[in-house]
Amino acid sequence: MNTTIMLFLLQDGITNGAIYALLGLALVLVFAVTRVILIPQGEFVTFGALSYAMLATGQVPGTARLAVAMGVVAFGLDLYAARRSLRLKLVVRSALLNIVLPVAILALTYALAGPKTPIAINIALSLLIVAAIGLFLYRIAFQPLAHTSVLVLLIASVGCHLALQGLGLVFFGAEGLRGPALSNAAFTVGPLRFTGQSIAVYGLTIAFIIVLWLFFGFTLMGKALRATAVNRLGARLVGIRTTLSGQIAFLLASVIGAISGILIVPITTLYYDTGFLIGLKGFIAAIIGGLVSYPLTAVAALVVGSVEAFSSFYASNFKEVIVFTLILPVLVLRSLAAPAVEEEKD
Amino acid sequence: MTQRLPLIIFAIVMAVIPFIPGIPPFWIVLLDNIGLAALVAMGLVLLTGVGGLTSFGQAAFCGFGAYTTAVLTTAYGVSPWLTLPLSLLVSGIAAVLLGIVTVRLSGHYLPLGTIAWGIGLFYLFSKLEFLGRNDGISGIPPLSIGGFRMLDPGTIYFAIWIAVLLSALLTMNLLDSRTGRAIRALRRGHIAGEAFGVQTPRAKLLVFIYAAVLAGLSGWLYAHFQRAANPTPFGAQAGIEYLFIAVVGGAGYVWGAVLGAGIVVILKEILQSYLPYVFGGQSQLETIVFGILLVVLLQLAPTGVWPWLMSKLPFRPARKIPDTSLELPARVRAPSTPSVLLHIDKARKQFGGVIAVNDVSFDVGAREIVALIGPNGAGKSTTFNLITGVLTSTSGAISVLGTKVDNAPPQEVVKLGVSRTFQHVKLVPDMTVLENVAIGAHLRGHAGAISSMFRLDRADEARLLAEAARQIERVGLGDQIDQLAGSLSLGQQRIVEIARALCVDPLLLLLDEPAAGLRHMEKQRLAALLRQLRDGGMSVLLVEHDMGFVMDLADRIVVLDFGTKIAEGTPADIKTNPDVIKAYLGATA
Amino acid sequence: MSALLKVSDVHVAYGKVEAVRSVSLEVADNEIVTIIGANGAGKTTLLNAIMGILPLTGSAAFAGADMASLDIEDRVAVGLSLVPEHRELFGTMNVEDNLLLGAFRIPKAIAARSFERVYTLFPRLKERRKQLAGTLSGGEQQMLAMGRALMGAPKLLMLDEPSLGLAPIIVADIFRTIGELRAAGVSVLLVEQNAQAALKIADRAYVMELGEFVLSGPASDIATNARVAASYLGFTHEGESAI
Repeated sequence: MNTTIMLFLLQDGITNGAIYALLGLALVLVFAVTRVILIPQGEFVTFGALSYAMLATGQVPGTARLAVAMGVVAFGLDLYAARRSLRLKLVVRSALLNIVLPVAILALTYALAGPKTPIAINIALSLLIVAAIGLFLYRIAFQPLAHTSVLVLLIASVGCHLALQGLGLVFFGAEGLRGPALSNAAFTVGPLRFTGQSIAVYGLTIAFIIVLWLFFGFTLMGKALRATAVNRLGARLVGIRTTLSGQIAFLLASVIGAISGILIVPITTLYYDTGFLIGLKGFIAAIIGGLVSYPLTAVAALVVGSVEAFSSFYASNFKEVIVFTLILPVLVLRSLAAPAVEEEKD
Repeated sequence: MTQRLPLIIFAIVMAVIPFIPGIPPFWIVLLDNIGLAALVAMGLVLLTGVGGLTSFGQAAFCGFGAYTTAVLTTAYGVSPWLTLPLSLLVSGIAAVLLGIVTVRLSGHYLPLGTIAWGIGLFYLFSKLEFLGRNDGISGIPPLSIGGFRMLDPGTIYFAIWIAVLLSALLTMNLLDSRTGRAIRALRRGHIAGEAFGVQTPRAKLLVFIYAAVLAGLSGWLYAHFQRAANPTPFGAQAGIEYLFIAVVGGAGYVWGAVLGAGIVVILKEILQSYLPYVFGGQSQLETIVFGILLVVLLQLAPTGVWPWLMSKLPFRPARKIPDTSLELPARVRAPSTPSVLLHIDKARKQFGGVIAVNDVSFDVGAREIVALIGPNGAGKSTTFNLITGVLTSTSGAISVLGTKVDNAPPQEVVKLGVSRTFQHVKLVPDMTVLENVAIGAHLRGHAGAISSMFRLDRADEARLLAEAARQIERVGLGDQIDQLAGSLSLGQQRIVEIARALCVDPLLLLLDEPAAGLRHMEKQRLAALLRQLRDGGMSVLLVEHDMGFVMDLADRIVVLDFGTKIAEGTPADIKTNPDVIKAYLGATA
Repeated sequence: MSALLKVSDVHVAYGKVEAVRSVSLEVADNEIVTIIGANGAGKTTLLNAIMGILPLTGSAAFAGADMASLDIEDRVAVGLSLVPEHRELFGTMNVEDNLLLGAFRIPKAIAARSFERVYTLFPRLKERRKQLAGTLSGGEQQMLAMGRALMGAPKLLMLDEPSLGLAPIIVADIFRTIGELRAAGVSVLLVEQNAQAALKIADRAYVMELGEFVLSGPASDIATNARVAASYLGFTHEGESAI
């Protein structure tokens, strides 16, 4: 094998793998805290990427209006849930979060959107919009199902994916979009050419992993999230609201998804349904990590990215087949390693 | 006959529909699509609703069925009727290969695995040259009988609905049988079924293959209905939709699959034709509404429409009463019973650093009631699990009737005549008492899946149910025989477990806290029953906290504390043993 | 005496099966109350319902306010705390983090004092503060569970079978600590199968059978009641009379 080609493929694989790692981390986080297997993670990616791409052309993306609509529904659900003991404080708090916040984001988007808006502002707006959508998605779809089985949550998750992907088509059309690069700098090391964009991918991935590590290891809220993941009843008994944990988990996941999208949309053209596949690859990494281990997930993501790069070079037709079949040997190993024994307390 | 009546009426209605004058041809097309979807969903009912194995990948098995016939009929000119068994075979083989990997996965890994290979197979279909890549294969010949060619939707309609009705009949037959009970017990975990000899992995693989073959049948019909096959209808989206159909209809019910298919196909049609008028020419709007409806449905009616409809019915379907005069042959036993039934020699179980059972030794002889007592966490249930093969001991030896069972799985231990109940009741709550108890006689029946589907198992089945009814009568629950196990009080459920254990025709009965939750009179009745069993030649090993009950009943008592045996002897000895007093009442007693 | 916890005519059902039937009880300030009864009598169910883990019918009021609209988390915030039967610790987190999270609902400054108090009550926890909760011995886990509950500065601590599966010597330790809590101004509602030990430290007691209270009164009276002696204080109490 030609070393240059190998290096080139490896570089490509690591760039993609870094994105899968971010998504995989978010999936592990959401699953551990809420038991939701977040299939719509891919939609966070496309919503973030395509909102950013649209903002770059000076248009206001439909996702900003979606956030307002979802907020209204969430507000309604809050009122309905609290109908027996409706207190003013509660209503005001819910209205602030569910109505005022998304309306403010929408207003801000209208005020700032334009062909000359700086990239940084467009990124911030896209992140705000997707974060709001993630937050409300938890409130609307998953909070009412919090007590049900993983399976029911999974099916609901698939339902959310269908709805959001359909909305993606409405907002962004069937044509793919590309966004402007974060930086146009580039340099070469030996045969490899590093663009500013790929450096940003590596940098942000590493930064996010460090931030997550700090958050979970050293802040009270991060520890509370971990506690919810370890023992839900135990967490409730010390007063940690599972709904709060769930909201934070979804917030983090949607922001991570949107950032991943913004990082890749300058590299490849994204379509309204591309996110699903990208999300699923993060997923494979998360499954390899057993849905519990962050470091293993990150490593697995790099493997998935590399396998994808190599197979697209040697067997481009079967790239997806190979990547998705990769999961089977992993599942075999997992089932051999852990013969499931039911809990039998003495 | 009365049980078949609804099916016959439904069949007649479906047969008449195409002949109604003036019926729009488009309705027939819809009914064709409903039938095709119902077939796949029926497999999912068995797999997911009954067996508890969720699959998002069923559409891929339709693909196997469709592509098999597409390739063979177009490239090799094989007759469509000849490709039918081949299509089913290919789907079945694919299911065996994927199933061996998939069904071993626990919990949520399983649905995730099915998503992954579902997508992988979709890409495989769309990239393979001989399957026509993305364009697929066209020019598939129609089905024909003699000179009669099923070219239009109105004629293939009969082929589709005969397939649906036959599949429904076979599936219901299967569920109402020895194998069916084993499948229905899967959802509650593998331990209970295995304790009565059910080969859980094999049962799971069986439903997996069954569901895949139904999907393959649907795919085969689809190919000859469309006269073409391309990858789109076999992708992940379609797989999700089939699961949706099963959930909407009611995932645990065969007719729920048909109902769900009807609701979803018609709804989709309405959404596709009217949404564009409401919202302007956007495509894909129906998937949005679809997704939202799915989430709303799960929040409002998680069990589906069919059970809701059935609960509105003014009458209950009658249940059959087993004929208790039928005799089930006794379990094959060793010619003579040795004096020691169970011999435990320095059994030890370690979980990581924790020693749950620490070199415990004791025997249970013939015709003897032995009680195992000790504080919670003393290792009593772990000892039970070691004896019955649920757990493997770290060291030491356990033998039953002189046969070593250290590494034997539960299915082998029960064959030696050791049956048990569980501390945490493990019944299937939505099965009747009779059906639950009949699982106990699993090893004493012989009918397999195929003979059950074709009702060749009736003689065998009647004997099993007769035995179950007899044991229910024996424990005094005759009045509850037709009730759902989940509707009984916890104490009664424990008694149902004893009846189930008795169905094994055991030599040694292991009872884990049988008296918990019973009232005084019920306890006395239980004690009388156990004495009667002992006098009839059975031995009993029981864990129990009610000291009055134990002291009165047991011939011998073994006391465990922190996994270690601290005393063994007659009730009189144990009462005055200082170590035992200390372990129970603290140092001050 | 004003009632800190007042439960009236409470029923708790699992589906169609009623596990707790028409139960009323009170716990006053600075009082230790115990509920004794056999396995399966409904004691754990009752505590879980008071905590809000299970739904109940009837009324439950804490510090004079009805709790019907309060979630588990709200009940923690008003000063009610439960140490459940299975302890529900955060097994993969260390002792210190477990305790820290116990003070999730209270201000940081108060939490610092709570740490001191818990470490004084359970010096063993201080020694092991960097150890993972899941690797502690059974007795230490029980101490940690109680310590975590006390970090939230509760007014009423509900303990579900604190002696479960522990060595007698540790049980004595745990019960001594429960006695000390009263001095610290914490009321205790104690559910126990180890009736003898429970009755010794309690002020008042209720006896539960098949979901109902069949007897109640001062703990010393209950301890000498012949029926209780027969059913719960074991077969060795006063010779053979128990059977």
